[in-house]
Amino acid sequence: MTTAPAPTAAAAVEFRGAEPWRRALRLHGWTIAVWLVLLAMVPYWRSLSQQDFKFDVQALAIDALPLCFAAMAQAVVVISGGIDLSIGSLMGVVNVLSAREMVDMSFRQALAFSLLLIVLTALASGFTGAIITLTRIPDIVVTLGMLFVWQGVALWIMEIPGGGVPIDYSDLAVGDLGSTGIPNAAVAVFAAFLIIWVPLRWLRPGLAIYAVGSNRNSAYLSGIGVARTRVGAYLLAGVFTGLAGLALSASSGIGDPNSGATYTLNSVAAVVLGGVSLLGGVGGLIGVIAAAYVLTLSKIILLLRGTDPNYANVYQGALIILVVVIGGLLTRKTRS
Amino acid sequence: MTTVPEAIERESRLRAAQRFLVDNPVIVLVGVLVLLFVLTDLVNRNETGEPFITWNQLSTTLLVAAPLGMIAAGQTLVMLTGGVDLSVSFTATAAAFAMSWQANNSTAEGILAGLAVGLGIGLANGIGVGIFKVNPLIMTLGTSSVTFGLLSIYAGRAFEKVVPDLVSTLGSDRFFDYLPANLILWAAVAAAIILGLRYTGYGRMLYAVGDNEVAARLAGVRTWQVLVLVYALCGLFSALGGLLLVGFTNNPDLGLASPYLLQSVAAVVIGGTSIFGGWGSYSGTIVGVLILTVLGSLLTLLNAEEWQRQVIYGSIIIVLTAIYARVSGSE
Repeated sequence: MTTAPAPTAAAAVEFRGAEPWRRALRLHGWTIAVWLVLLAMVPYWRSLSQQDFKFDVQALAIDALPLCFAAMAQAVVVISGGIDLSIGSLMGVVNVLSAREMVDMSFRQALAFSLLLIVLTALASGFTGAIITLTRIPDIVVTLGMLFVWQGVALWIMEIPGGGVPIDYSDLAVGDLGSTGIPNAAVAVFAAFLIIWVPLRWLRPGLAIYAVGSNRNSAYLSGIGVARTRVGAYLLAGVFTGLAGLALSASSGIGDPNSGATYTLNSVAAVVLGGVSLLGGVGGLIGVIAAAYVLTLSKIILLLRGTDPNYANVYQGALIILVVVIGGLLTRKTRS
Repeated sequence: MTTVPEAIERESRLRAAQRFLVDNPVIVLVGVLVLLFVLTDLVNRNETGEPFITWNQLSTTLLVAAPLGMIAAGQTLVMLTGGVDLSVSFTATAAAFAMSWQANNSTAEGILAGLAVGLGIGLANGIGVGIFKVNPLIMTLGTSSVTFGLLSIYAGRAFEKVVPDLVSTLGSDRFFDYLPANLILWAAVAAAIILGLRYTGYGRMLYAVGDNEVAARLAGVRTWQVLVLVYALCGLFSALGGLLLVGFTNNPDLGLASPYLLQSVAAVVIGGTSIFGGWGSYSGTIVGVLILTVLGSLLTLLNAEEWQRQVIYGSIIIVLTAIYARVSGSE
């Protein structure tokens, strides 16, 4: 813990003799590759679309916004060695609660209420983490149980889709930055990444998350509070989950108790595609963000090609399985 | 002097009794089931003035429980290996649709089509989990979303939905007034699973793989084959459950088996099968299924809403797993 115990350091030891650029490629190769895939998709996307570039980028950023935050939440938990199946349904709770309450609020009130919701979501997610560490039941079981609990809570808050948000509030997601053409939705994602994740990543809490994820026992032996760190990871994931739920409300302008359903699976797919190992301790959030855009763009391209939206879901499901299968094979090979 | 050994003996007897109950959770569960029956009876008398414990109601409970029992059978086998199958509900629905589509040709073709769909989805899960080592949760969640996507396409197309007489007899008729037809099928499947788990090599291998996959492999078990087969079986049992269900409702729709996903996991967990794998039994699951069915009747009597059911079932899974983990870990 005294020097630099991030998992990247462990890899660095192996390749100490190599030149710096090769080391960088080893460490960040996957992330760079995902961004390149995203870039490579752009020309094909442009050739299909009739709209102007600005409009399309805006649409992509809005469409991907909730998934970006959901994937960031999932990534934090997965890096710490867990997995959270309740992210989607907790997003649903935030979505319906915000849409029900904000419908008569002014913009300022809505902002304040958002902050409150983010804190509450963080606490709710931290509560899940506390159950996991206290009872020592695997993450999968507890979060599976919580998936149904939150789904129930969302239905309780709002049975059928309804509610709404102030126009200024939804402009936070669908507008652009001072009419420069830079979509607010993209700014929000990168702002959250820079403000919340980057500082933590290089300070004790972030390093502890990586250490606990890569090897719980050696993290414990080097004096890291393992339970505290894991609960902390869930708390942090809760912050991102709250943002994801609010993004749903702002971008769709409505509350729907089932709106979060697909995000659990998609967030796992984005995490795997983004280079985070499901075994924990490896990867970063910037690759995951790219992966969320790749997944969203692949859906958009399918729709542009005139695929029946239902088929698009099927293809995307199949693609996700494929990504997880291949990602699993690759990470196992590099680990062993 | 004589008091000390007596005290020790008493304590060891208490220990032995406790151990016995921990090793045989079915006994405790049957007690819970009886209590739940009595409670429902009291509530029913209070609400409607009529008793709940009648031959007719007992028979109805079994009739309603059988599809869940079938789906939970597959779930039990999968959870014994330390996995979980989240695709069971859509597999059951897909099987019901395939059956009602192909039954336009003949009853046999319909039933075969339904079972084949279940087997196919199960095999896909098994190949992902057994050969490509994908996390079972993610694999089955993935196949279930693909299945749902395909279902929502094909369900929208116009075709005559036929539920053959054989299937609706099996799903909803009763012999001699009180003996549900589906109970006969359920009993046969239950006997096969309970005996098979105990006496066949494959049954023992399921426990071995669930207990310690590496050790099982080193002992010469081809673990991937065990896993592929167990998910295929789970798909098959889910399809059977779906057929019983559509025989009961006589109308295949997209939400046919949706509540059964959560309930199948809950039934297995209530039945004392360890979610870590390697420990448990189908007899426990059967009692778990009956407990859930009676609990469902009770919640209906109390006018519980869908969200309350979800919260209750979700909490049951977490709380019971915690209790079982504590009890079996404290030895």
